[in-house]
Amino acid sequence: MPTSTYNEPIPLIFETGQSGRANHYVEHGQSHDTFVPSSLLRDDLALPDNSELDVVRHFTKLSNRTFGIDLGFYPLGSCTMKYNPRINDAMANLPGFRDLHPYTDDSLAQGALQVHYELERSLASLFGMAAFSLNPSAGAQAELTALLIAKRYFADRGEVKRTKVIVPDTAHGTNPASAAMCGFTVISLPSDARGRVSVDEIKRVVGDDTAVCMMTNPNTLGLFEDHIAEIAAAVHEAGGLMYYDGANANAIMGNVRPGDMGFDLMHLNLHKTFTIPHGGGGAGHGPVGVAAHLVEYLPTPVVRATPKTNGVAHGPTAPSDHMTFTLDFDRPKSIGPMRSFWSNFAHSVRALAYIYANGAEGLAKVSQLAVLNANYIRVKVAEFLDTPYPEVCRHEFVASAQKLKSETGVRALDIAKALLDRGYMAPTIYFPLIVPECLMIEPTETESKETLDAFIETMREIITTAKSDPQAILDSPVNTVVGRIDETRAARQPDLRWRQPATA
Amino acid sequence: MTLPTGLQFSKEHEWVKLEGDTATIGITTYAQDSLGDIVYVELPKVGATVTQFGNVGVIESVKAVSDLYTPIGGEVTEINTHLDADPAAVNRDAFGEGWLFKVKVTDASQTANLLDAAAYEKLTAE
Amino acid sequence: MYTPHTDADIAEMLSAVGVASLEELLRVPEAVALKATLDLVPALPEYQIARRFDHFARKNAGIEYSSFLGAGSYHHYIPPAIGTLAMRGEFLTAYTPYQAEVSQGYLQAIYEWQSYICLLTGMEIANASVYDGATALAEGAIMAINATGRKRLLISHAIHPNYRAVLKTYCDGLDVAIDELPMLADGRTDCSDLVARLADKSYAAVALQTPNFFGVIEELDAASLAAVTESGTVPIAVIAEAVAMGALRPPSAWGAQIVVGEAQSFGVAVAYGGPYVGFIAATQEHMRRIPGRLVGKTLDKHGKQAYTLTLQAREQHIRREKATSNICTNQAHCALIATMWLAFMGKTGLYDVAALNLQRSRELATAVSSIDGVKLTYDAPFFNEVVVDVGRPAGEVLEALRKHNILGGVDLGRFYPEHRNCILMTATELTTSAQITALADALSEVVHAYVHV
Repeated sequence: MPTSTYNEPIPLIFETGQSGRANHYVEHGQSHDTFVPSSLLRDDLALPDNSELDVVRHFTKLSNRTFGIDLGFYPLGSCTMKYNPRINDAMANLPGFRDLHPYTDDSLAQGALQVHYELERSLASLFGMAAFSLNPSAGAQAELTALLIAKRYFADRGEVKRTKVIVPDTAHGTNPASAAMCGFTVISLPSDARGRVSVDEIKRVVGDDTAVCMMTNPNTLGLFEDHIAEIAAAVHEAGGLMYYDGANANAIMGNVRPGDMGFDLMHLNLHKTFTIPHGGGGAGHGPVGVAAHLVEYLPTPVVRATPKTNGVAHGPTAPSDHMTFTLDFDRPKSIGPMRSFWSNFAHSVRALAYIYANGAEGLAKVSQLAVLNANYIRVKVAEFLDTPYPEVCRHEFVASAQKLKSETGVRALDIAKALLDRGYMAPTIYFPLIVPECLMIEPTETESKETLDAFIETMREIITTAKSDPQAILDSPVNTVVGRIDETRAARQPDLRWRQPATA
Repeated sequence: MTLPTGLQFSKEHEWVKLEGDTATIGITTYAQDSLGDIVYVELPKVGATVTQFGNVGVIESVKAVSDLYTPIGGEVTEINTHLDADPAAVNRDAFGEGWLFKVKVTDASQTANLLDAAAYEKLTAE
Repeated sequence: MYTPHTDADIAEMLSAVGVASLEELLRVPEAVALKATLDLVPALPEYQIARRFDHFARKNAGIEYSSFLGAGSYHHYIPPAIGTLAMRGEFLTAYTPYQAEVSQGYLQAIYEWQSYICLLTGMEIANASVYDGATALAEGAIMAINATGRKRLLISHAIHPNYRAVLKTYCDGLDVAIDELPMLADGRTDCSDLVARLADKSYAAVALQTPNFFGVIEELDAASLAAVTESGTVPIAVIAEAVAMGALRPPSAWGAQIVVGEAQSFGVAVAYGGPYVGFIAATQEHMRRIPGRLVGKTLDKHGKQAYTLTLQAREQHIRREKATSNICTNQAHCALIATMWLAFMGKTGLYDVAALNLQRSRELATAVSSIDGVKLTYDAPFFNEVVVDVGRPAGEVLEALRKHNILGGVDLGRFYPEHRNCILMTATELTTSAQITALADALSEVVHAYVHV
């Protein structure tokens, strides 16, 4: 493999190695046509053969060109990029979990089922729901799950006219997309001047065609919907269901519960709030919680616990130590499964380890400090950038570069790129859509005051530079391995894969 | 902005040029400018019957996808196949080589529902 | 709590914000305030967490048993180098690579994943991954539904029962009907009346799994493909055992336009069912309909080679309710692991792994079918799984085998009432001759005991 200096392109794995340079992981097998007629077999497979060392170097180099939380502050709004404790990974990788096959008989998988049960019960208590399903794979699939539950619930009650889903304009893009996948029509609800859903507006749109109202609370502006009780009452009055998008649950954990706010359905992104590593965009984990009247519709399977009939658990620390667990697939009213197997189990282990590390009080403190960190940055950033909603926020807040853009030509995107040059991940930009030149900043609770202060001063310096020498900001990033990307070329001439060069 | 003569417009920023019973259809310079760099255009199939203001395809730019509506109904007779390889033509020359498709118009009275250049200019100035 | 705040920090920060206390910062209207006591295990120090999970893990006695389980989740060899590389913090703690300039490494790895999937499936394009095999099938079916404007699917009865169940969940939401193709006596799907079934051009897609749920290799024959093409139906191939692609003709060879599947076999742990990694690959004409993320190679503003997420306008955060799918999160980290596995194995390693799966599953089939009263249900060519008819309710036989510390396979009766006496048994490169002999001995004893009861 050719060596590459820091800034040169790294050759693709397909461009290195030599045919036959095999690693000795398994024995040599006999020719495939010994076992299967050759008409069913492939005649060529153009994969590269690389030595183990060369593959290790390849991926180590790729890792050197990837920015993660472990490298620096990651204030990506609505994504909750907090520290991912290593104990969680160590627990998920215990052989008793890692090597357990999903079709193992329940009697030989009691530990895994207990993890599942304890996580489900902990979430139910923490968020005020009757039950949770750990089946959905991630947040978007969880939304779909919840809407399918709603659809089935209304079909069961003969209320097939309920086809409208109400979604505020600050909602995540997945909300309307998920609703469309269930055949629901989306009603987009404008936010009021305070950045909230107005009770009057809700009362105006609800009716006997309302199926579900999907809300994020706090919303994506970082603001708590303080009229949530009235909103829920109006939707319930009309016969609809309330759905809580848990993407922002890091702002409420242990302090206020969706169940107490009047929500019938909810999801969590355990990969945000409960420290499961994002891993470059997945795998996630998206449990769905429901109130009592919707439990029978949850996806299959669910874990059923029955008290042990004989024997005593040794060293019990929880009631579940006295129970026996089974996977229950016999759920006649269930919407059915959402995925191949029961859950993203390894991630359940991580999330439960995080819950054990905190307890109820610790989790409440987590949310309080996440909110404190966000407000601390907010008041400091307001010294040099517009904050359109100048009030106490929750775990995140939005700033706008609209005025800066008109004065200097420097946009939110340019600020983002300037942050990359200075060793920070950029905030979420241009979302929510209702704030022009939006920067959405979520620091999370795991960052120290020193880190926040350094970030604030970096932001201040970028804005100062934007005013004195805007070109310097417009040219950024310059310290990264590549400069700004030609997105138009990428989309007009899509190159989505390596191709074997034509042989001369 | 000066608009070419002989065109009519829809509120969705499409233009129509009617020659005999053949209507040539595209999007306006204003529309391509607000979409940004266009990367792909999905057009109706030749032979399809389309109804005025109906959704007939999509226009995709780097950052957005917009539904494409036809400003006039009829049978699609031709589509601009060059756009597959060169969608940028819509950005370069929206009223010329960036045309999208042609329709054989059976009911000419539909043009009464369209805007003339002055009315369209007023719309985009708002 | 993993929070670094000292009391002094908190006081200073509260003062900067102008709020008296943390409670005030999080105050909500009384009507929704927390009144319940939260029922959680009290906070544990880290060493106690480790002890508790160690206790749970030890209760999963199944990992100590000799296993012939497969059926969509497979034990294959995973080189330890993957663990150390994949757990690097840069990969583990990155978000979706929206900021391409500081994500070139991960973007390149995903581009390599897309390339591997294209090479293996024979397709032109592949996405950056989806949740798992079952959801890949559902999303692939939605592509066909969108491509054809039709709302019916025709799928093989031999597609993994869980995949069919998930497809049904999704189709219930979309109001799409599903019909099934029956089985032939040799274990393949019966496509004999496709011409008649497809005549009214109402089906969006025809889907086959290969190897199918019973381990049998499937292809669409030329006559069936002609009927499918003639009716404008999209042929979909489903792959639940990705290692088979190291041996079998790619589905492109028999006309598939969309190939969906599960890549868990490429180095991802069985982990009691997840996370795994689904893939979707397709011919060029379906490029704009493929859901989820796509990584493309392009140039930066200086003309230097660079990678980026591309064709994003299809996605939910821009198109909202008009998006091709609601998919947001993919399985990047599992796809990264699968890419590493393929890189370490290489062409030679993948060939050998596939060969050993073929060989050991035949040793297994021979050993069990030589037992009196036990026979193989099907005789068409298979990959690494076989349906074994034990002449007795499979659940009882499997329970008896567990007393010999053997997980003998999957009870097919749980999915197919007609197969209540059948066990789906799997052998991979990790299955030893000694394990096969022990299974055959135990099975012989169990079946023999029955005869004399």
